Amino acid sequence: MNTGLDNSILTLVTFIPLAGALLLVLFPRRNRDIRLFALVVSLLDFVLSLHLPVHFQRGQAGFQYEVNNLWISNPNIHYHMGVDGVSMWLVVLTTFLTPLCVLISWKSIHERVKEFFILLLVLQTALIGVFVALDLFLFYFFWEATLIPMALLIGIYGHGRRIYAAVKFFLYTMVASMFMLAAILWLYAKTGTFDFVSIQSAIHNGQVENFAGAATWLFLGFFIAFAVKVPVFPFHTWLPDAHVEAPTAGSVLLAGVLLKMGTYGMLRFNLGLFPEQSRSNAWWVMILALIGIVYGALVAMVQPNMKKLIAYSSISHLGFVVLGIFSFTQAGLDGATFVMLAHGVSTGALFMLAGILYERRHTYEIAEFGGLATPMPVYATFFLFIVLASVGLPLLNGFIGEFLVLSGAFRDRAVYGILGATGVIWSACYLLWMYQRVFYGKVTHSVNLSLPDLSGRERAALWPAAAAALVMGVAPLLWLNAIDPAVQNVLAPFAQLASKMVGR
Amino acid sequence: MNGAYGMTKVIPQAAEYVRILPEIVLSIFGMIVMVLDPFLDERRSQRTLSIIALVGSLAALAATLFQAQHPGLGFWNMVRVDSFSVFFHFLVAVVTAVVILASYDYMEVQGIRAGEYYALVLFGAVGMSLMSSAVELVLIFIALEISSISTYILAGFRRSAAISSESSVKYFLLGSFATAFFLYGVALMFGATGSTSIPVIGDALRSGHIPLLDYVGIALMFVGLGFKVAAAPFHVWTPDVYEGAPSPVVGFMSTAPKAAAFAVLLRVMFEADAPGRVWLIWVVAALSMTLGNIGALVQDNVKRLLAYSSIAHAGYLLVAFAALPNNGIPAAMFYTASYAAMNVGAFAVISHIGGKGERYVTLEDYEGLGRRNPLLAAILTIFLLSLIGIPITGGFFAKFYVFSAALQANLVGLVIIGVLNSAVASYYYLRVIVVMYMREAREEVPVSPIPLGLGAALVISLVATIYLGVLPGRLLDYAARTAAEWAR
Repeated sequence: MNTGLDNSILTLVTFIPLAGALLLVLFPRRNRDIRLFALVVSLLDFVLSLHLPVHFQRGQAGFQYEVNNLWISNPNIHYHMGVDGVSMWLVVLTTFLTPLCVLISWKSIHERVKEFFILLLVLQTALIGVFVALDLFLFYFFWEATLIPMALLIGIYGHGRRIYAAVKFFLYTMVASMFMLAAILWLYAKTGTFDFVSIQSAIHNGQVENFAGAATWLFLGFFIAFAVKVPVFPFHTWLPDAHVEAPTAGSVLLAGVLLKMGTYGMLRFNLGLFPEQSRSNAWWVMILALIGIVYGALVAMVQPNMKKLIAYSSISHLGFVVLGIFSFTQAGLDGATFVMLAHGVSTGALFMLAGILYERRHTYEIAEFGGLATPMPVYATFFLFIVLASVGLPLLNGFIGEFLVLSGAFRDRAVYGILGATGVIWSACYLLWMYQRVFYGKVTHSVNLSLPDLSGRERAALWPAAAAALVMGVAPLLWLNAIDPAVQNVLAPFAQLASKMVGR
Repeated sequence: MNGAYGMTKVIPQAAEYVRILPEIVLSIFGMIVMVLDPFLDERRSQRTLSIIALVGSLAALAATLFQAQHPGLGFWNMVRVDSFSVFFHFLVAVVTAVVILASYDYMEVQGIRAGEYYALVLFGAVGMSLMSSAVELVLIFIALEISSISTYILAGFRRSAAISSESSVKYFLLGSFATAFFLYGVALMFGATGSTSIPVIGDALRSGHIPLLDYVGIALMFVGLGFKVAAAPFHVWTPDVYEGAPSPVVGFMSTAPKAAAFAVLLRVMFEADAPGRVWLIWVVAALSMTLGNIGALVQDNVKRLLAYSSIAHAGYLLVAFAALPNNGIPAAMFYTASYAAMNVGAFAVISHIGGKGERYVTLEDYEGLGRRNPLLAAILTIFLLSLIGIPITGGFFAKFYVFSAALQANLVGLVIIGVLNSAVASYYYLRVIVVMYMREAREEVPVSPIPLGLGAALVISLVATIYLGVLPGRLLDYAARTAAEWAR
């Protein structure tokens, strides 16, 4: 099965958007061509990234499509990339959402178009890099690299309070990732390598000096960086601001992919490098996750602003992911990974839908709408479909993940499962209520009567998301059979840990 | 005094002149500029003299590369050419060339008669080069003076602006004070060890017994050098001097003389194996980082902002001095190089935006630059990101090596202070970027296209900044060789 592309596929998928961005720099300022070119590049990247799941060895644990070349000899930094079942799907999620972002920004971005698409493509490269990097240095490199294009997207193309939001976003994540950098440097100082696999085995075999004393701090160093990104309560305050001010494409990538960097990081690095510390700190992490689920849902409920509502719903949904990860059960981690993907698709779609409405009315206030199902029936149908997917209706993508997470949490501690399950109810409440207020009843504002329904371009952006939501709900095994071995691999040390404790 | 370091020869041999070849070349070109100046009419002198000076700095670069093939001691063991000195000669020559390129248009816009400006830049470079190859404290002192006196005058070159004269006088008074400290320290070292030659002092200090006088001597020398590199608590002059001095000069004096002073400090601290090094440095580094960054937070003048930032960067750099020699020396050398690249570039941009009389130097004047001049804004953004320490720029690896060197020496506390500081620092650099891209453009600030000389200067510093951020290995390996040479 080893095709010639296997060795270079990750490099290609990661850097094609960057190459596209560099070509765009040289492009003349003809907006139409620029948009078209960005679309072609992102579609090409998506098609290429499909190579990953198609040729993936399903039953096999460990990393695939690995490349490992020396980049810098001192310090010992390798260009080491590889994916397992978890990161592979996150890469595909990124490449899937980017063309949709290009489509949805077609008209709404009409000034400084060239810079916009350059930033978008650079961001894509950085995001993919985060998921494929297996060298801690390379990982940090891409991690920081996501910051600048995202902050600029918010700060230049956002709405009213965009500068405040951009700076807040940048500072929160920058300060938090400094802690991770310190932890990475410590690990390098003690092991002489940045390689994830080598450090993992060094820690596992007890070859790291002073590790016992530092382990909790290292765990926290990584955790803080990831927790701010997710965001875990109480580090979430940057998120609503960033989302409300960001342009639609920025919100889609922020909610769809950027937040998953945090949960992916927890899964890969917190659990992967510090199993014992993860175990002993799990209780408070899970409590924070539960607070996030309930708090996010309750705050979402009272939002008068549609986009802010979706933003808070993200906090709630990402709480599920963290809950699943720190339950240390097969079902919990499978579910967490699945929620990451499902949330990326459906919340991405929700932000696109909100953006479509904003293009027409230039407001996100729910009170400004009402009865929209009459002038915009197709739009209303798409919206309902995505809302139901988000709520967790069986046979759509939201259900499987949340179900698995909750069953994992129940197995870990029943109380967590019960509290988490209320989150599902809450999410039905706020989303359906919002839907009702926006679409049902009589048209309250006469301007809304003449709103045009979806254009062909907008449908082209929404169809793939809706289709993905359905397929993921009907045939989750397509995803789960790749995720499963990867999760087993992550959980292997935990089983040993448990038997060690029982042995005592 | 006989043997390896004794004065066995009376007349220097021809080969020894190779050891100071770059200095000779720079001096000759400097004098050519001085002599030619009166014979040229005002309009042509600017162009001719700047080209001569540029050729001079490039010739010094060539001389350095030639010299690198002939390492060794010279002039009664006062000068030594080794990979360390070659590194700093190279750095000084490149910075000099870039500054000359950036100055050309600046001088035209400001209406400053060129004349001795270029000569002074070259003479300054003589002193800075010599500082890195001298291994004898009195010669180091003389080199320090050559470099300092040139920069004192250069700081006051905007003759029509009172603030520039203030800058010059302030720099001169405090600077002379500091060099006196250095000289006093040298005297005490001589009293304690009986020599002013760094290798001899090193041998004496390594032999075991360290008299108290040594500690005092080292501390006094450190005060003098700490002033030159703008480390806290000897940093108070920096914002005022940087604000008043012409921008290209600030780019020059915040990098080349600093690099040279760090070179001396490296020799004194590591080659002479100074006692009490770690704690002295620990305190000064922590103070510089913290005071520099906090000071920068409230600045609205871009030049003052970068002045405080340079204090902070001196602090980061000093962290490397507290580390073990094997990691600390290469880390410090790498930092000086990448700091030089990004800072010279940043000041080149500032000198262009400033306009006639440097009127546009506040943050407000940078509003909407991203729209008015996208190229210039993008270039400045890259330099600022490098100063923050964002990956794929030299500034990132510079910080990275310094902090990992400190961690290998188990200086966890210092690293935490440093890491937190760089988080704080990202705020004020970011403010500049935010203002450039996210605020509306102001009409009254004129936009002029990037002239040729400045463009060349920007390209060089940009390429260097990114090269060090993507492929830092070669430079670091080279720097590591120095550490190995000294350990022998």
